Order: sequence, then structure tokens, then C-alpha cells
Amino acid sequence: MSTSTLTEAPPPVPQPQSPEQPVRRTVPTRRRLVPYLLLLPGILWLVVFFALPLVYQASTSVQTGSLEEGFEVTWHFQTYWEALQEYYPQFIRSLLYAGTATVLCLLLGYPLAYLIAFKAGRWRNLLLVLVIAPFFTSFLIRTLAWKTILADGGAVVGALDALHVLDVTNWLGWTEGNRVLATPMAVVTGLTYNFLPFMILPLYTSLERIDGKLHEAAKDLYASPATTFRKVTFPLSMPGVVSGTLLTFIPASGDYVNAELLGSTDTKMVGNVIQSQFLRVLDYPTAAALSFILMAIVLLMVTVYIRRSGTEDLL
Amino acid sequence: MAAPLKWLRRNLVVVAGLLTLAYLIMPNIVVLVFSFNKPRGRFNYAWQEFSLDAWKDPCGVADMCGSLALSLQIAGWATLVATVLGTLIAFALVRYRFRARGAINSLIFLPMAMPEVVMAASLLTLFLNMGAQLGFYTVLIAHIMFCLSFVVVAVKARVMSMDPRLEEAARDLYAGPVQTFLRVTLPIAAPGIAAGAMLAFALSFDDFIITNFNAGSTVTFPMFVWGSAQRGTPVEINVIGTAMFAVAVLVVVAGQLISGRRQRAAAQQP
Repeated sequence: MSTSTLTEAPPPVPQPQSPEQPVRRTVPTRRRLVPYLLLLPGILWLVVFFALPLVYQASTSVQTGSLEEGFEVTWHFQTYWEALQEYYPQFIRSLLYAGTATVLCLLLGYPLAYLIAFKAGRWRNLLLVLVIAPFFTSFLIRTLAWKTILADGGAVVGALDALHVLDVTNWLGWTEGNRVLATPMAVVTGLTYNFLPFMILPLYTSLERIDGKLHEAAKDLYASPATTFRKVTFPLSMPGVVSGTLLTFIPASGDYVNAELLGSTDTKMVGNVIQSQFLRVLDYPTAAALSFILMAIVLLMVTVYIRRSGTEDLL
Repeated sequence: MAAPLKWLRRNLVVVAGLLTLAYLIMPNIVVLVFSFNKPRGRFNYAWQEFSLDAWKDPCGVADMCGSLALSLQIAGWATLVATVLGTLIAFALVRYRFRARGAINSLIFLPMAMPEVVMAASLLTLFLNMGAQLGFYTVLIAHIMFCLSFVVVAVKARVMSMDPRLEEAARDLYAGPVQTFLRVTLPIAAPGIAAGAMLAFALSFDDFIITNFNAGSTVTFPMFVWGSAQRGTPVEINVIGTAMFAVAVLVVVAGQLISGRRQRAAAQQP
């Protein structure tokens, strides 16, 4: 008899019939209820305060009426058409700004994530803390700090002017004259800054998982560093790229804080319109329709993007 | 000329990474420096002269510290409720089979895949239709809602990587279900629960968009900062921002030191 048989489970012995039989039958039913009891409070919360509001919003968007006389569901779908006609520039701007900020986040965030994952050595934890630490100062205060950094006649604007960067950005329509504040560039700078950690952290997580031996193997097979990056590192970091771009694009597309604090009336995004329609103009149907269109666009883009990149399991 | 270029090429990743880091840190440095400013107008955007006034009496501005206390209170309650509900969901998802798993998964995923302004606006339509009084409780309800999903994700990751044999071992040693849960399951899941709770606290404390829609006339700290961007920014805001930054870094560093010491102690044991 070998020792391994000692650790193996004994062969199943038929259980002798016992008076406990009825008890046994009730235990599985109770156990079957356990997951539902665990799920109930949280799921109920999400149904009532997340899903149900979406239904209310859908119903509000097809109502007509006024604040004084009250609103009524009249299936007035024209609100959608009118809202799109009036506010399509803000929609396009939102997608454009959020898209640009996402690309910039990827371009800026990738080197830093790579640096932390592969080159930082004993500085790794310190660098990670420095990436996360800004979170702890309210993001509104930090966004206001950009007003100082990008101030007219400040060091940053002066340097950009001296390097003739402003000439290029003026020509592209990103800035105007000798100003950066209150231009599209200021808004995109703020958006990029605000969501950069959401790009860096998933990138770092997926880069850190890559086995260093793969890099050695690529080198042994005479791949140049550039080829190694293109054929090994980047493909393996795709889950991080996908979740990073989603975590950046989704909140950026609905943001109105950066456009309000750093932009001008010409840089308003769809979030600004929804906010002012809801909280100041009190035109609830238009606001609800705009919000619904934004949701539809973002969910559609996210779904297509996830399908395309073939990383559905990452959710 | 060639040597520096060569060096730059070899260290391109390091240079680019550190530049990104500078971009991330710069606003915090500005917030710190301008907490010592003495602005002439209502706005604290341009440097005038050095002053310690704001640090001597950070609560000197009307309503600011009240809003800070309110934010801490809301974040505390939201964290507590969201962590409990989220942990229960995470355990159910990992440990049990049940129907409608797909629907429940998307109900948890969707709040994270939706622009905040959409959730904020739709929640407001609900409250308006219900005739609810906007204020502390509507903000708290909203915060619990959007924190919940993040807690589920954090706890789920930890529970999934847990070795089920540890709980079997506890049962083999005649621990009852309650004892097994309290003395084995919970301690192992604790880091995930703590991570979820910290995330929930940070998200709730710093939330602006959903609060902006559903707060009515209640003023949380981010709402106060938003209002001051229109009315005039007191220097004391920067003091609070810098102090929060310092406290957070201290907590993180202390946590690292403690876990490092524990690991070393564990390594020394035979």
C-alpha cells in the first residue's frame, strides 16, 4: 500500500439510513435560498436607484408640459429630434474632446506604466503612491490649479509661445491668440489630467503580469527592442489598454466640470447642456432626452469596442 | 552632441514616464504653494505674497468646515452601507449558483459603464417624480448606489482567489458555519473588503456630478469648492486640499510599513 492512498479520500460508504432524513431534505432548500438572500438588499438598491430612474428618465423624455402646469406623457418623440438638432455641436465636441483626451492618456500613461512595471526597481511602490496620491486632493481643487498653471502670461503659456507651439495650435483652432485658458486645449488638458490615473493603473496591472522570460525569449530570437514591444509587450497589455481607454472615455464624455472651469461658452460639452437644462432651465424633457442619447451613444461605442477588441471576459 | 542623444534614446521610456508623473503631480504642488498665498482679489489664482494666515485658521471661511464635516459624514455612511451590501453580493456571485446571473452581472457592471451625468440626471427624475425632498438622504442614496459596484468588484477579486480548502479544513476541525465564517473566511477576505471600502470612501468623498444634481441646497465639500469657483476661491480651500493629500500619503506609507513588517515577521517564523 503506497502512502498516497492514505491521503486520498476514502471510497464513498453508503450512509446508513437514519432518522435525520427529513432534516436533510430541508437543508438544500434553505441553501438554495442563501444566494438570493445575499443578493437581495444590494440588487434591490440597484434596481430602485439605478434601473428604475432610467425608466423614469425615458418616460420624462417623451413628456410635454410646463413647470407650472406639470408634465404629462404624450409620447412626444420629437423632443429627441429637436434636442439633437439644437445641441449636436455639443455632442460632437464631447465625443471629440473625450476621444482626444483618451488618446493622450494612452500616449502619456503608457510610458509611465511601463516605467513602473519594468524599470522602477525599488522605486516602484513610491511611484505607484505618487500616481494614486493626487486622488486624495479633491479633483475640483486640482482642476482649479490648472487655472493658475495655464494662466495668461504665465510660464507655461510663455514657453509654448516661445517654442511656437501656440502658432500651430492657433492654426488648428485649439487655442486663440496668446491664451490657453478658455480654449479647447485647456479643456482637453484638464480632461486628460483628470482621468490619467484611470488609464495608468489598469495598464500597470496588465504590464506587471507579463512574464519577464518572454522578453528574454524575444531577445534570444533576435528581436529588436521595438519589435519586442510591438509583438510581445503591447499585445499582452491589451486588456489594460481596453479597460484603461473605457475608464477614461466614459467619464470624460459626460464630464462638464473641466469645460465649465477651464473652458468658455464655445467649449461647452453635452454634460454642460444636461446640467443647465436640468438644474437651471428646468426643461426636464429635453434634458432627459439628451441624457438618454448620451447613454445610448456611449453604451453602443463601448459594446462595439469590447466586441472588436475581443476582451469580453475582462468585464 | 551625439552622446546626449544616444542617452536620451536609451532612456526614452524613463524620461517620458517621469514627464507624465510631473504632469500628474504639478497641480498638487500648485495647490500646496498657493495655500501660502495672500491674494488681493477674491480669487486665489495669481501669486501675490507669502502668508501663513490660511494655515493658522483653516476654518475661518464661513460654511467650509461644515461642508467638510458633511462630506465626511456622507462618505462614512455610504462606505458602511455599500461595503456591507457589496460584500454580500460578491460572496453570492463567487460561491453560489443561482438564476439570472447574467442580468445581475450587467446590473452591477452598468453603473460603472455609464457617464455619471446620466445616472445623476435619471436619479433626479426619480426623486422629482416621487416628490422626495432633496438633501442629505438623496445624496446618501445616490452615493451608496454608485459605490456598490466598485465594492463588489474589489471583494469579488479577493474571494475568487481564496483557497476553498481552508474553509473545508476549518469544518473538518469541527468549526460551525458561523465560526468558520468569522475566523477563517472573513479574515482572508478582509483585504478585499478593506480595498472596496477605501475605494467607496474616496469615490463618495470626492463625488461632485451626482451630488450636484441631487443635493438640493445641501452643500458638501466639492459643492463648496464648485460654488467658490464662481464666488471667489478662499486660500483655505488649498489648506484643506494639501492636508488631505498629506494625510492620505501618510496613511498609505504607514500601511506599507506595517504590511512590510508583518511580512518580515512572517518570514522569520520557522
